[in-house]
Amino acid sequence: MDPALPGSGFADAVEAGVASGQNGFAEEDALAGRQVALIDLLDRLLSGGAVLTGDLVLSIADVDLVRINLRAVIHSVTVDDPAPW
Amino acid sequence: MQGPDTKDAGRPGSAEEPAQVCYVFAVGREGEPLTEAARGLTGPTSSAVRTVYGSGLGALVCSVPAGLYDEEGLRAQLEDLERLESLARSHHAVVAAAYEHTTVLPMRLATVYLDDSRVTEMLEERSSEFDALLAKLEGHLEWGVKIYADPRAAAAPAEESASDSPASGSSPGRDYLQRRRKQRNTHRDAYRAAGAVAERVTALADGLATAKVSHRPQQGELASGPGENTANDAYLVSAERSEDFRAALSGLAEDVPGVRVELTGPWAPYSFATPPSSPQPEAGSRQG
Repeated sequence: MDPALPGSGFADAVEAGVASGQNGFAEEDALAGRQVALIDLLDRLLSGGAVLTGDLVLSIADVDLVRINLRAVIHSVTVDDPAPW
Repeated sequence: MQGPDTKDAGRPGSAEEPAQVCYVFAVGREGEPLTEAARGLTGPTSSAVRTVYGSGLGALVCSVPAGLYDEEGLRAQLEDLERLESLARSHHAVVAAAYEHTTVLPMRLATVYLDDSRVTEMLEERSSEFDALLAKLEGHLEWGVKIYADPRAAAAPAEESASDSPASGSSPGRDYLQRRRKQRNTHRDAYRAAGAVAERVTALADGLATAKVSHRPQQGELASGPGENTANDAYLVSAERSEDFRAALSGLAEDVPGVRVELTGPWAPYSFATPPSSPQPEAGSRQG
């Protein structure tokens, strides 16, 4: 496991994301061409989206895996979690 | 349609081989637009996005190494913020690009099947549900509206005006107390103003949108913007009304000190892709 704490180097990652996000799909300005904030993305990808059980990760629908270490970073992934931190 | 390029789509269990599993980005209707949407896209491990069909529907998928996408592999990816971001952006890039071609139902992050045939089975099993959702989302986009209360921003202009006209004659102690009171009032006022703006936003947006989902307000390290996020909503808006929606909500609170409205989007309708029969995650009774 990477020794870096969750979130360290995050600003750099965002910057890198900004740079790489802009050359990808520039043909239409709307959906794909703009860099979005990671937190807005995670709101949607971790609590939105159609939930299929899938074959491999039974608990992913509940985002059990994700919240273990990222609680402090991504508050919004768990909905009914009483936020113990 | 099986991808011809998936050489050795190994079974899970052939431990020595670099087995591949099937990552699902989104589901749409079978047809040329969906095939076209897949063209040229690549997934998180740079393998080509392709389509798997069943029951008149098609899934946008790509092959990924089983080792990275089994439970352990996913855990490692999702717990590491940089890897999570990379996966999230990759997923989003495919969904967003596809949505420019045709209406698709975005899957939640990290939906993985053992192979294409399992994806086909899934499409067949849930075809009526997907049909209904696709019909609902057809021709719609998602917009995000976030409202922030920022007492410090509200205080800044107030302090300026205060220093413009110094309260001559009053004692330093009284000045201090007045300043403190003003701070408290500013704080309270900013939150009240944010509440009032939220009502305006809701009224305006409800008139233009088809549906609404409230996300939990953003907090924590990733919520880096100034102020406190007091509302974090997603609206489903028809494409024809999308520009009206944007125009109506842009700069809505520019003249309100201490309140900021942030518009994000348009998004593929992630927040509205959960089946209507099951409870929205935001309102669900899921226990951790």
